[in-house]
Amino acid sequence: MVIKCFGIARDIFDSDEIVVNQTNINTVADLRALLNETNSQLSTVKSYLIAINQEYVDENQQISSDDEIAIIPPVSGG
Amino acid sequence: MIDQKIVVKILESPLSIDEAYKSILHESCGGNCLFIGTVRNRNKGEVVTHLDFDTYDIMAEKEMAKIAQQCIKKFEVEKITIYHRKGYVGIQDIAVIIAVSSRHRDASFLACRYAIDSLKETVPIWKKEHLEDGSYWVGARP
Repeated sequence: MVIKCFGIARDIFDSDEIVVNQTNINTVADLRALLNETNSQLSTVKSYLIAINQEYVDENQQISSDDEIAIIPPVSGG
Repeated sequence: MIDQKIVVKILESPLSIDEAYKSILHESCGGNCLFIGTVRNRNKGEVVTHLDFDTYDIMAEKEMAKIAQQCIKKFEVEKITIYHRKGYVGIQDIAVIIAVSSRHRDASFLACRYAIDSLKETVPIWKKEHLEDGSYWVGARP
């Protein structure tokens, strides 16, 4: 599954998207656990949300590889 | 011309106050309120050289449209336009414009305030502040 990266996440991964190949990711919580485990720098970010198909979702939301998935660090527009 | 109640745009080019203002004019409205956010040259005592905005364009425009719809629902607003810049934005350049029209002034003032406060909370836009000796993503680290 492809995950879009913005703001500080783009800098951490040095890319505007990353690919996650694990098959045991069913929910947002699973994805978050994997991201935190494999990228220690992500834990230095204050917090982040996951968006699925351009909508904020909670941790129990199911995800599939067809979804548009994005890491949303703390926003700071305006 | 199509009578659109809501206009939201993420733009790479300079934002036009005139265009935003014209987009909200309506013959039933006597109160028009514009909030214009510009880039300051200092933050927390440090000299700022410019900003760089990263944006999740599609989602940002969706979230901006949600805020605009909330304004129409919550206040007696006729039209609302929200523009936000992306990419490099220099000192004194306009980063954001909120324009609102309503029959009487109170609704426009309230909606304008609500829209900019909400935008800062929910719209997926990220500000990188460039200082004389480095840069950082605003609000990203504890």
